[in-house]
Amino acid sequence: MRQQLASDPMRVSATVPAAASDRGVGGSRPVTVIEPPRSWVPLDLRELWDQRELVYFLAWRDIKVRYKQTALGASWAILQPVFAMVVFSIFFGRLGRIPSDGLPYPLWSFAGLVPWTFFAQGLTQAANSLVVSQNLLRKVYFPRLAIPIATVLSAALDFALAFVVLVGMMLFYGVHPNWNVIWVLPLALLAFVTALGAGIWFAALSVRYRDVRYIVPFLVQFWLFATPIAYPSSLLPARWRVLYAVNPMTGVVEGFRWSLLGTSTAPGVMVAVSAITAMVVLVGGAFYFRRVERTFADLV
Amino acid sequence: MIAASGLGKRYVLGETSGSDSLRDALAATFSRAAVKRAANAVASFARREERDDATTLWSLRDVSFDVREGETLGIIGRNGAGKSTLLKILSRITQPTTGRVRVVGRVGSLLEVGTGFHPDLTGRENIFLNGAILGMRRTEIARKFDEIVAFAEVERFLDTQVKHYSSGMYLRLAFAVAAHLEPDILLVDEVLAVGDLEFQRKCIGKMGRVAGEGRTVLFVSHNMAAVRTLCRSAMVLDGGQLVRVGEPGECIAYYVAHGFREEASTWTRPSSAADTPIAITRIESRLAGVQPNLTLELDVLLETRGRHKPAFVTVDILDAAGVALMQALPRLEGFVPEAFVPDRSGGHRVRIAVELPPLVPGQYFVTVWVGSHHADTLDAVERAVRFEVHESPSTGRSYPHSADHGHIVPPSTASYEAL
Repeated sequence: MRQQLASDPMRVSATVPAAASDRGVGGSRPVTVIEPPRSWVPLDLRELWDQRELVYFLAWRDIKVRYKQTALGASWAILQPVFAMVVFSIFFGRLGRIPSDGLPYPLWSFAGLVPWTFFAQGLTQAANSLVVSQNLLRKVYFPRLAIPIATVLSAALDFALAFVVLVGMMLFYGVHPNWNVIWVLPLALLAFVTALGAGIWFAALSVRYRDVRYIVPFLVQFWLFATPIAYPSSLLPARWRVLYAVNPMTGVVEGFRWSLLGTSTAPGVMVAVSAITAMVVLVGGAFYFRRVERTFADLV
Repeated sequence: MIAASGLGKRYVLGETSGSDSLRDALAATFSRAAVKRAANAVASFARREERDDATTLWSLRDVSFDVREGETLGIIGRNGAGKSTLLKILSRITQPTTGRVRVVGRVGSLLEVGTGFHPDLTGRENIFLNGAILGMRRTEIARKFDEIVAFAEVERFLDTQVKHYSSGMYLRLAFAVAAHLEPDILLVDEVLAVGDLEFQRKCIGKMGRVAGEGRTVLFVSHNMAAVRTLCRSAMVLDGGQLVRVGEPGECIAYYVAHGFREEASTWTRPSSAADTPIAITRIESRLAGVQPNLTLELDVLLETRGRHKPAFVTVDILDAAGVALMQALPRLEGFVPEAFVPDRSGGHRVRIAVELPPLVPGQYFVTVWVGSHHADTLDAVERAVRFEVHESPSTGRSYPHSADHGHIVPPSTASYEAL
């Protein structure tokens, strides 16, 4: 039966004129080949780039929706790190007398908390992003990486708001940055890469293992104390610091303090180590994500 | 242009639910490691083979076809025949297990209207968001924006959050965005089954025009009338296999003749947590007979707990929009016997046969109610089961039925005399 069908497919279509000429699309039609999956799939960043508008719209949606129907609105973006800063200042700064590189503890800890909050929010939301958008996964095709990327991007707006507060605090404490301040942008990018890298690993895992939803908040808490936010990395012996910077957020936080507040811990090596780890996590995560994304629609 | 050969999709049952826990995976890894190598490996391999057979399902198997440019192809088949799987593969949402498809041209798929609509965003915002999700560029959406708004007839509510929209408005807006997609190949799954009738007609008209512009359209539907009017060719899927390709009329005739008839579903109470004296636990339904003499047979399983009054069961039949069309009252006496012993609980089966009037093809829902008096409900399951009528009640005619003119085609006669 099948053979017969295959050899004579759609006989009727012979009577249908192929009216392609009046559409003006020309010959540059994309050709797609759909085949059973291979084990490792190329990243296809070009397709992702083609869909950058979709990434933009998804991020824009997340931002628009995030503080809808909240009484305090976007001030939540500021309140979270500010409250953490107050708590840290009281318990670690005042009661614990933890050194803060000779700077006022509130300012010093806030400079760590701003990129940290961005990372923590970005990671948590990216890890959940696929499960939250399962309807999209089941009904429309687009490069799936767009979802976690858009999610971390949307967290960047909160980061920008909190950063404004940080600048205000610097003015208040009379701390003037030097030219190293230009490093803030690459360091923020490093925080972005770290959040996205870890986020896509967990997002890809979450489709199959809903445990991720419970693991990630736990991990983020743990990670907070593995990062020099409440305490300076100068508490560690110098030779351990490089190893410590395998946690990419170490490089980000120390780098932030160095570039904005002029702390004396030169973070060059730490940032380099952090950047390498972050890139490894991101690239590995992207390949893993691509490898498993073909099952998303069937599993989610 | 689409060229598919040997397409197959296998699902592993149990994996589709997707909420495995990490513990299971770890346990599996460790137990596998703990298995003693030689002898057990063979045994477990054999077991695994066996398990594969028992737990996999080929949703699509060895399907080959070609669709030429400008073709309008209707895909028909009953539920579970693989129609949606095929569209999902063609739109790259899921990947095939076997086979290969070559697609030339930009593909737009409409497996659902309003995918990605966010209730908290306004109509205007959702047009852009949904358009982007469907694969339109921002400039393209901006260009078509006025047209979309006019098509959806929501001008006045553009800056209202869509959660305040009526369901009709919501669907109109969602479909309007989708209808303005201009891919080379459009894949449509049954989305026309929703929305009010006037709008459905508008959508069919729009799709007809899309097809007229030389675009390729693949259209999955249960609506035989729509397939007949919209499509220039059709194919029938059954059990994941392609069983017929040809003209729509021929395929529909084949579909109807080969027992792909009316179908009905089953409802089971998700948990036995109901604490009413009488609870409906399961409803099985079947359609027997042929149009226009269809009988809806229902098996209603009840569970009684403790003391209750004698009760009877009613059956409401609703149209796809949820409007009640008729109510059957099988017996107005209590046929669930009284039970006065408080602890005694037991199961009962009530078998009901409803002789259906000649119904227009479409989807219908059944609400089952049990109570002792019209004002004393013991349990009710709204829209518990669904059945579908595919054939026309008036045989030998191709007059298109429309629910606009009601759902029932009463037997009628006409005689003629010249005056």
